[in-house]
Amino acid sequence: MLDEAVPATAPGPPRPAPPPPSPWRTRLYRWDLKASPYLYVAPFFVCFLAFGLFPLIYTGWVSLHSVDLQTPDRMQWRGFDNYTRLFHDDLFRNALRNTVTIGVLSTVPQLLMALGLAHLLNYRLRGRGFFRIAMLAPYATSIAAATLVFTLLFGRDYGMINWLLGHLGLGHVDWEGGTWSSRIAVSTIVTWRWTGYNALIYLAAMQAVPHHLYEAAALDGANRWQQFRHVTVPSIRPTILFTIVVSSIGATQLFGEPLLFGGGATGHSGGSAHQYQTLGLYLYDQGWYAFHLGRAAAVAWTMLLILLAIGALNLALVRIRRARNGG
Amino acid sequence: MAVNRARRAGARGLTGAGPFTYAVLVLVAVLSLFPLYWTLVGASTSGSRIAQTPPPLLPGGSLWHNLDIAWNQVHMGRALLNSVVVAGCVTASTVLFATLAGFAFAKLPFRGRNLLLSLVVATMTVPAQLSVIPLYQIMAQLHWTDRLQSVILPNLVAAFGVFFMRQFLSEALPIDLVEAARMDGANSLRILWSVVLPIARPGMAVLGMLVFVQSWNDFFWPMIALSQSNPTVQVALAGLGGGSYDSDQAVILTGSLLGTAPLLLVFALLGRQVVGGITAGAVKN
Repeated sequence: MLDEAVPATAPGPPRPAPPPPSPWRTRLYRWDLKASPYLYVAPFFVCFLAFGLFPLIYTGWVSLHSVDLQTPDRMQWRGFDNYTRLFHDDLFRNALRNTVTIGVLSTVPQLLMALGLAHLLNYRLRGRGFFRIAMLAPYATSIAAATLVFTLLFGRDYGMINWLLGHLGLGHVDWEGGTWSSRIAVSTIVTWRWTGYNALIYLAAMQAVPHHLYEAAALDGANRWQQFRHVTVPSIRPTILFTIVVSSIGATQLFGEPLLFGGGATGHSGGSAHQYQTLGLYLYDQGWYAFHLGRAAAVAWTMLLILLAIGALNLALVRIRRARNGG
Repeated sequence: MAVNRARRAGARGLTGAGPFTYAVLVLVAVLSLFPLYWTLVGASTSGSRIAQTPPPLLPGGSLWHNLDIAWNQVHMGRALLNSVVVAGCVTASTVLFATLAGFAFAKLPFRGRNLLLSLVVATMTVPAQLSVIPLYQIMAQLHWTDRLQSVILPNLVAAFGVFFMRQFLSEALPIDLVEAARMDGANSLRILWSVVLPIARPGMAVLGMLVFVQSWNDFFWPMIALSQSNPTVQVALAGLGGGSYDSDQAVILTGSLLGTAPLLLVFALLGRQVVGGITAGAVKN
């Protein structure tokens, strides 16, 4: 009777079931599943906290102090003095103006040309590989090398560009000495290095545009320009926005090109009359030539604020456009 | 007519290129390559010849002479070696850590993943200038200025790399493979080693090249952290062009050639992959 009362548990011959995983093993497995993603992203975030985020915030702290380059561990509280001083500093305003001017002069033509080039590269072409690599070669050239070469090309007396201009009867330009001419020259170096790179990024986006959109446009009688204007550009708008943001960041940081352009020992002042001193150079000048790390830090944070403003402006434009297009 | 064109367009994106397209592309290719060619011309010309009008347009015979001067005027040998060490370490660590994080972001579910990923993307926009001052203070206190670790350590990881490997592995790595390996009782480390890494290798190679180029050409922080006695190539070049020596233009161009040639060589050999890599890293629709 008693035996019959528990028939369900009455073991027959022992089944060859897999041995139950030991609780230790299960726990280890679960732990592995849960923890390993964090372990994989940890090195990035640890390094980023140490060498990215901490310095970013600490720069803000330094900007509220007076710090001498030669005794960087001694800091004196100054509140917002460094910032108020900046806004009354003609050189700062000059650097800000130069950064914006050179930024516009380099970014706008660069991205427009890149867009056009990508469109041309998107045709069926012979020698595609060659054109792409040729256009990317400037990207592999360093700022220092490119600037040194262009400094010679833009030379006032023996430079090749003036030699060419002379042949065309356009006369000599003092590229380094003039305000606008020097800004144009510096922008040219930036444009030379980055146009091909941006063109390839646009090309990648263009190749993802569905073909049937072009077919439909062609059927509607759209010519190439209209296809470009009404199919290509709207389709790759996110990529365009991405390149605008990235190049604005690059333009705000501009440092090496103006430092080395002109080739003189006073590169940090951006020319004899500061005619192409950018914010990056001004920061370097304040910190490493005037020894005021606190002021340099204030310049750095001002640059961050400018970048945030650019980012917000871009976002707002996207929102407005979306709202206007009805979502 | 339109139908015909549309059919052709359907075959391969847009229609074939006309002479205008070729003319523009050739012009742009010439403008892109000419400064590089002229670097070679200048580097092989005597210093007095380069400062004459008309400027030289063909390579001359003074390359070895100029190399000799450039090599000795700044610490060029040491600079090249330093650049190889710095770019090598930075590349190895960036690629390794980017692959780990990229794998986690692409294929592993975990709490806070989206938040952390948007943090990675956001950090791509922080300019270098914002960290140089504290970094300089730290390196100065550790007495690490003018030592290579001051340039290597801050560049051990790159947000761009994480983003790039995430994009790559999202497409290249089938989630079934990871799950099958897990069913077979492989732990995460084992999966990483025998499933993820073999598949990630092409992406790692491309990322490696991009990071190497970037690190080789890095200028702002090395310029601050290192001096002319222990420079990277870019810092040495700045020394050549900075007017602190009798700046012989041919010698300056020789230095530029030395600093650029290694990368251009890599490009000539692996150009197609680099092109593919840049386009793979871009934001697609």
